[in-house]
Amino acid sequence: MDKKLEPIVKTIQDKFGAALEEFRNEAHLFVKPEQIVDALTQLRDEFNFELLSALTAVDYFPQEAPRFHVVYQLTSLVKNLSVQIRVPVNGSSPKVPTATRVYDVANWREREILDMFGIEFEGHPDPRRILSPEDMEGHPLRKDFPLGYEEPQFTFNFDEIDLRKPYAKE
Amino acid sequence: MSQIEEVSLEKFKHLVSERALTGETMLLNMGPQHPSTHGVLRLLLELDGEIVVNCIPDVGYLHTGIEKNMEAKTYQKAEVMTDRLDYMNTVGNNLAYVMAVEKLIDLDVPARAQGLRVILTELQRIASHLVWLGTSGLDLAAMSMFLYCFREREQILDIFELVSGQRMMTTYFRPGGVWRDVPVEFEKAVRDFIKIFPKRVDEYESLLTKNPLFIDRTVGLGKLDGAVALSYGVTGPPLRASGVNWDLRKARPYCGYEQYDFNVPVLNDGDVYARYLVRIQELRESLKIVEQALNKLPLGPVRSDNRKFVPPPRSEIGVSMESLIHHFKLWTEGFPAPKASIYSAIESPRGEMGLLLEGDGGPKPLRVHLRTPSFDNLAVLSQIVKGHLVADLVAILSSIDIVLGDIDR
Amino acid sequence: MGVEQKLGNMGVVTTTLETVVNWGRTNAMWPMLFGLACCAIEMMSAQASSYDMSRFGMELMRASPRQSDLMIVAGRVSKKMGPVLRRLYDQMPEPKWVLAMGDCASCGGVFNNYAIYQGVDEVVPVDVFVAGCPPRPEALIHGVMTIHEKVKGETFKQYAEKYK
Repeated sequence: MDKKLEPIVKTIQDKFGAALEEFRNEAHLFVKPEQIVDALTQLRDEFNFELLSALTAVDYFPQEAPRFHVVYQLTSLVKNLSVQIRVPVNGSSPKVPTATRVYDVANWREREILDMFGIEFEGHPDPRRILSPEDMEGHPLRKDFPLGYEEPQFTFNFDEIDLRKPYAKE
Repeated sequence: MSQIEEVSLEKFKHLVSERALTGETMLLNMGPQHPSTHGVLRLLLELDGEIVVNCIPDVGYLHTGIEKNMEAKTYQKAEVMTDRLDYMNTVGNNLAYVMAVEKLIDLDVPARAQGLRVILTELQRIASHLVWLGTSGLDLAAMSMFLYCFREREQILDIFELVSGQRMMTTYFRPGGVWRDVPVEFEKAVRDFIKIFPKRVDEYESLLTKNPLFIDRTVGLGKLDGAVALSYGVTGPPLRASGVNWDLRKARPYCGYEQYDFNVPVLNDGDVYARYLVRIQELRESLKIVEQALNKLPLGPVRSDNRKFVPPPRSEIGVSMESLIHHFKLWTEGFPAPKASIYSAIESPRGEMGLLLEGDGGPKPLRVHLRTPSFDNLAVLSQIVKGHLVADLVAILSSIDIVLGDIDR
Repeated sequence: MGVEQKLGNMGVVTTTLETVVNWGRTNAMWPMLFGLACCAIEMMSAQASSYDMSRFGMELMRASPRQSDLMIVAGRVSKKMGPVLRRLYDQMPEPKWVLAMGDCASCGGVFNNYAIYQGVDEVVPVDVFVAGCPPRPEALIHGVMTIHEKVKGETFKQYAEKYK
């Protein structure tokens, strides 16, 4: 971990009781869902983390508690530092408070997580799907969602697949 | 096949102004098939006459499931997906991906491979900016720009074809180095390009930079403030045109960018014209990097010799049993990566191209998240087009330089 | 077509109506300006200075489906885009042709997953498939030439049967 990052991580750890993981010089802090907005606000206002580089989620299916991690990757342009905040969420009706009031970029990124993982963001101004069609069922990036693999057509199974392929009409 | 959904105003009530509900302003659909949305972007516009009151982008018409598909492949095989992500920056996406994998498994890359990576990524940046210049010129009715820019782009694609055999989807960078060494004609081809290109940039500038028609349609349009840009996660040329000096090549050098002498163009106006000027200057700066990297290009191996992660060269397989086993294992099983997560980012022509890569101890990634710059850059569009004419919306949209493959993934 | 050799000195040429109609159709086939993904960039290259599709009367890309004869499906078609693509096809006036450019449009390509149609022939009927990821501009031009060959062989009888 970067020397300049240590006091910042220490402050967040003390204030929010956050666990710390380190890997290849990256610091990952774990905070509870209800604390995330405060943690982000403090990091932005006090420590100049003005850019939310990435906001995504990870699914640890079949593990249920916690099943998801919501990941906030923050960058400070002034200090040239990065820190990652992770919010563990349980599998049944996952909910996290929205970060749109802290970073505007969170609006679209949270819609993407809602679409792809089905994690709800409480207080989000525009909770619609963003990438998938509106009538789609399920959340594609969850591990229990099938990839949707279709058998490719080769010479040996050409006729068999040709029969069941839904060709379009004029 | 499902039908086109009928959208009721009820759904967008919270996004449009009250005047739209009474019918005072008009809601107009632009796209997904429209000549100036640069792909399959759909914009829902609320118009007061010719003035844009609200703009609601609707993305996802090119959603490809790349992240999910990459999670179902081994680390080597997932790389081909990254090419098709942001198809103007194919080489850069490969670089972002292989750097993330190398960081996850802690693999070193030889100096010659680093040099080659820099040369090709910077050439790709030039090619990407050329496509942007050509198409946004086309949007502003400067048809000849398109023809000139694609002429130089062909020259760059010829260089890619020379080194990798493919014009666009090269997959030339591999974890641990590059696929193979460049052919002997490579140096001459790049030198020819370096010689010819500065004059060509002058030519583009003589057509546009002081052209009164171009200035009328760009200066003062789509003003973006630096602080707003940061809050919206805007990176790359639009951010630098708004007065924020942030370029990952300078701030966090990778692939040996610290050895090269180049400037990061920063302007303060934050309008369409400033974004144009930033990109034009970046063309010249990138060429400077290419020239320096070519002059400094060391001799030596182009792949790491860590056989646990990098397949052995073809010549070894015939004579060494161990190499054969490594080759077989790497291409059938893949290599295991630790159960950990990393985030690694590069500066793509559009901004910060980042990857969140998480391994689960096996040969396939648990999670690949692609932090693509166009996604966040487009989100700011609804803020900066308010109060502009519809014709100017086209100019502003093209000045952000979006690639729909990059947004929808 | 070699009209010049057949003209002689009389200024008269005799041929069948079908040949004349098909000749007209092949030499001014207007594609729709409609790019989906990576292949659209190669389609633009084919239009640009080095490859120059205007040699075949195709320099005019129409943005409106109502004015175009040929739909080049340049790129992968997602489940969200499929209905839109079909509507565009339905809006094109007869006679119309479809060229599936690239592997994704032809068979799904590398994206064998939930989001992509495994071949655009599930959405619209396709006349010519062009392989490659993305196909070179030469390959696209060859595909277009193949469509021209197909058009030249069409007869009025076939049309009558098709639109009965």
